[in-house]
Parts: sequence; structure tokens; C-alpha cells
Amino acid sequence: MSVPGQPAPAGATEIGTASPAVVGARSDDSRVATKERLALLMRSKSFLAGAVVVGFFVLCAIFGELIVKDPLASDPINDLIAPSADSWLGTDKLGRDVFSRVIVGARDILIVAPLATILATVLGTALGLITGYFRGVVDDVLSRIIEAFLALPVIIMGLLVAVALGPSKTTLILTIGILFAPLISRTVRAAVLTERELEYVSAARLRNERTPYILFGEILPNVMGPIIVEFTVRLGYAIFTAAGLSFLGFGIPAPSPDWGLQVSEHYSLISGGFWWPVLFPSLAIAALVIGVNLIADGVASAFER
Amino acid sequence: MIFLAAQVLPGDVARRILGPFADQASVDALSKELGTDRSLIAQYWGWISSFVTGDLGQSPAQSRPVSDIVVDAIVASGKLALLAFIIVVPLAIAGGVVAAMNEGSLRDRLISVGGLSATAIPEFVWAVLFILVFSLGLGLFPTTAQFPEGAGIFTQIKYLLLPALCLVCVLFGYIARMARAGTIEALEADYTRTAVLKGLAQRTVIRRHVLRNSLLPTIAVVATQAGYLIGGLVIIELIFNYQGIGLALARAATQKDIPVLQSGILIIGVVYLVATLIADILYSVLNPRVRLEAAE
Repeated sequence: MSVPGQPAPAGATEIGTASPAVVGARSDDSRVATKERLALLMRSKSFLAGAVVVGFFVLCAIFGELIVKDPLASDPINDLIAPSADSWLGTDKLGRDVFSRVIVGARDILIVAPLATILATVLGTALGLITGYFRGVVDDVLSRIIEAFLALPVIIMGLLVAVALGPSKTTLILTIGILFAPLISRTVRAAVLTERELEYVSAARLRNERTPYILFGEILPNVMGPIIVEFTVRLGYAIFTAAGLSFLGFGIPAPSPDWGLQVSEHYSLISGGFWWPVLFPSLAIAALVIGVNLIADGVASAFER
Repeated sequence: MIFLAAQVLPGDVARRILGPFADQASVDALSKELGTDRSLIAQYWGWISSFVTGDLGQSPAQSRPVSDIVVDAIVASGKLALLAFIIVVPLAIAGGVVAAMNEGSLRDRLISVGGLSATAIPEFVWAVLFILVFSLGLGLFPTTAQFPEGAGIFTQIKYLLLPALCLVCVLFGYIARMARAGTIEALEADYTRTAVLKGLAQRTVIRRHVLRNSLLPTIAVVATQAGYLIGGLVIIELIFNYQGIGLALARAATQKDIPVLQSGILIIGVVYLVATLIADILYSVLNPRVRLEAAE
């Protein structure tokens, strides 16, 4: 590698200024690494299978309403009709078409879960970077606060927040986002603890770079791998938690065709033989969660060494 | 080490509870039923000191003492959780060890991926599937978990089996994955190679050298899963209409029955901490290295 001040070797005159070339080489390296990871990802069977499943539900969420009947149109005379040619998956207790509701029901969960996970990832990454980089008192104080958050199961905390603030999509996103942030920050912190001992960090410190730059400009790009893996894993848990809270009646409020809510509205009818308004939304949740987990599995094997 | 943990953890109780409780106190202020004109800290102190003496107040929604409601519910939930744990722990550890011994094989993939998918699917989805197949389809089990008053132990198990199975599904994958990871690590360790080279029988190597080391992380995980278990109980008890702490909490949350909610959640916090403490103790009993450090 040529260094400024050294005589350029013969025939290398086209490398006019040396330092931009060095910088260029470094970003080329990382671009190649990203390309390789994407290629690995594309070869991963579980990633592709997961992408197909999740992609299907994303399409349902975006275009579903244009294709199927109105998921909110109730028809009390034709309630709880078994699956037939007219309504493929039957009707629910208000006479709403279960097929339409399952298709359009993808929307709310696919808004809530990713937004909550993004919030959790952003908060968790910032927390993890700070606690991992500073250690000492800052780490101790923040870690104790984080432990306090983790002292209760997420569902219970979600229940409390929903009782305090009333259930809504925003509450749900904030609750899951804030409750998952400490979990992500632990992973990020662990990664930062090893990174901060590396030479490039000391080099940046010696160059007298500002701390925010060291944190977000130097360390962050190097811990992106675990963060991306953590994001996909948490997305699965976010769907799980959102569905659970909706089932309890503290998640996405009615009359949304959300799957958890549908199950919650109809599970008491199951012993009466009305299985269709319960089974199909349940299967939809199961399919979506498995899809997301397959993606997470593929991402984890592509990004972890 | 146990002494140290016992010294640190009670301090933790107050600190940990204070976080969630601060929320709770603001809920109190909103509901105004309790006449909350004192400061948060004074309220908290008054409540925590009466909690310690066993006086939890009256439930406005059910006009029964809170302690009656909560104690009954905890006992009921304990039965369900115990049954789930008795099934899942040996099953998951066996699954994890089998997967690790056949690393990379089809059986391994099946246990790992299957277990993880089972874990990721919400409890109520399992509940719906199990009720449809086993109760309505095959007629083997009742659709509720609430066994008749004074039922014998086998009748109780029959009623509790389906809800317990739902919890098993959710817990299995994670415990099995830890058991698998621990076993693989132990199988690759130097001491295992030494034991094999010494000419010990494979069974002895597995039992004495591999399992003892691989189960350590697993035990820690089982304790942390207590949190998921409790979260799961809320949902499972609701769908199976079982009068446990979960149903009590869900009902209290819907009716804004604050005293029941507070006490129930505090008890869950305590149970959670005790589970962590027990895991610490078990860990040190099983791990000779920790024992040595404590002795020095």
C-alpha cells in the first residue's frame, strides 16, 4: 500500500493521491463482504423459504383489501356459517368473512411488529454502544435500570402498560419497543466490549476523534452483523408478543381483523364446534412466525462468521 | 457464593420492584379509587410493609381479601407449571443431547428447527390446535382445565395435560437448544478427549464428563424460562379457563382491580427472583469450579 510522502513506484503514476485510494480500498473490502453475505443469504434454503412466506403476507397486507371482500362488513343473519364455496373459510360471529379477515389481518401485525423491533433495535443499539464503550459507573447505572425492566415477564409488563394507557397500536409499538431494547442492548454491549479493545478504536481515540464519532462511525459498522441477526430474531418475538397481547385484549383494538384479536373473540365458541374463526387466524400467525424464524435462521448463518 | 447471592438479591428485590411499581403507582393515581393523595414513596412504603405482614387489602371487584384470591391462584398455577416443567425439562434435555450427539444429522435438524418453531408459535395457537385435535377431534381431553372440586390426582392431571403441553411446546425449543450447545461444547473439550483416550466406556464419558458440564448452562436457562412460563400461564389459563394467577391477573387488568394486580405482579416478581436464586445455587452445587472458589 502506498503511503503519502513515499516515492510512487514506477508505472503507478495513475494513483495520483494515495490516501483516497486507501480509503477506497477499505470501503471496497466492506462492499465485497456485504456482497458475499448476500450471496450466502441467497443460497440459504431457510432464508428463501422464510422470505416466500413473509413476502406472501406482506403482499396480503398491502394489496389484500383490494382483492377480498370487506373484512369489516358484518352480516348478522349469516353469522358462523361453515366454510363453503361462497365464503371459503366461513363467517365469524358477526357474519364477517373469515377469509378476508385472515388476509387483511396481516396488516396490523406487520405494521406493529417491525416498527416495535426497529424502535427496540435503535434504542438497544445506542444503549449497548454506550454501556459497552464507557463501562464503569455509566454501565453500572444503566445496567441496573435495564435489570429492573427485565425483572418481569414481557407479557405482564405489556399488560400493565396497556391497563395504564389503554390499548392502541401506538401503545403496543412503544411497549414492545421499550421492553425489547434492553435485550438487544445486552447483545450489542457484549459485541462492543470486544471491539473497544481493538486497535482501530485506540487509533481513532489517538486521532482525537469525538466520542460520538468513535461510537457510531467506527464501532457501529463493525457490530452491524450481530445487530442485524438480533433484529430478525427479535422480530419473531415481537410478533409472538403482539399476538399474545392482542389475544389478551390488550393489543391491537377491535374491530381490526388482527389475528390474535380474532382468536380472542372466538375461542370460547370452539367447544360449540365453531372452529373456523379460530383455526385459520391461528394458522396464519403460526405461518408468519415460522417464516420470520426461517429468515432469522438464514441471516444468522450468513452473518455469524 | 450462596451467602453472597442471598445478600445481594434482597436488595435487588426492592430495586427491581421499584421500576415496575412506579408505573403501578401512576395507575393508582389515575384510578383514584384508592384515594392516593400521599406521595408515591409513602404509598409504596405503606403497601410494601403491609405486604410483608401478609395484609394485602380487599379486592374491590370481588370483595374478597386479596390474599385469598392470590394464594388460591398461585397454588393452582403452581400445579400447572410444575406439570409442564416435569414434562419439558427431561424431554428438552434428552432432545438437546440427542441432537448434539448426532450433530448435523437429519435428527439434529429436526429437533433444532422443529423445537425453535414450536417455541416461536404463541401459546394460544398451540392451545387452539390441541383443543381441536385432542378434545374435539379425538375426545380424549376436556376443553377446560378447571377440574371438578375434590378431584383425584389423575383426574387433575387429565384436565391439566393439554394446557401443560402448550407450555411444553413453547419452552422446549429454547431449553433443548441450550442443552445441545452445551453438549457440543463439552464433547469437543479437552477433558472429554482425555477421558476417551483413558479408555473409559462411552457411557461413563457421557455421563460423568459431558453431561455434567453441558447441563450447567441449561440449568441457568431453565430458570430464566420461568419468565416465559409465567407470561405463558396468563394466556393458557385464559383460554382453558383455569383459575390460576394468570387468569386472576388478566381479569384484574380488565376490571382495573388494582390491589389484585399489584399483589399478583409482586408475587410473580418474587417467584422470578427465587427461581433465579435456585438456579444460582444449583449451578454452584453442580459446578466444582464455583465450589472451589467459594471455599478459598
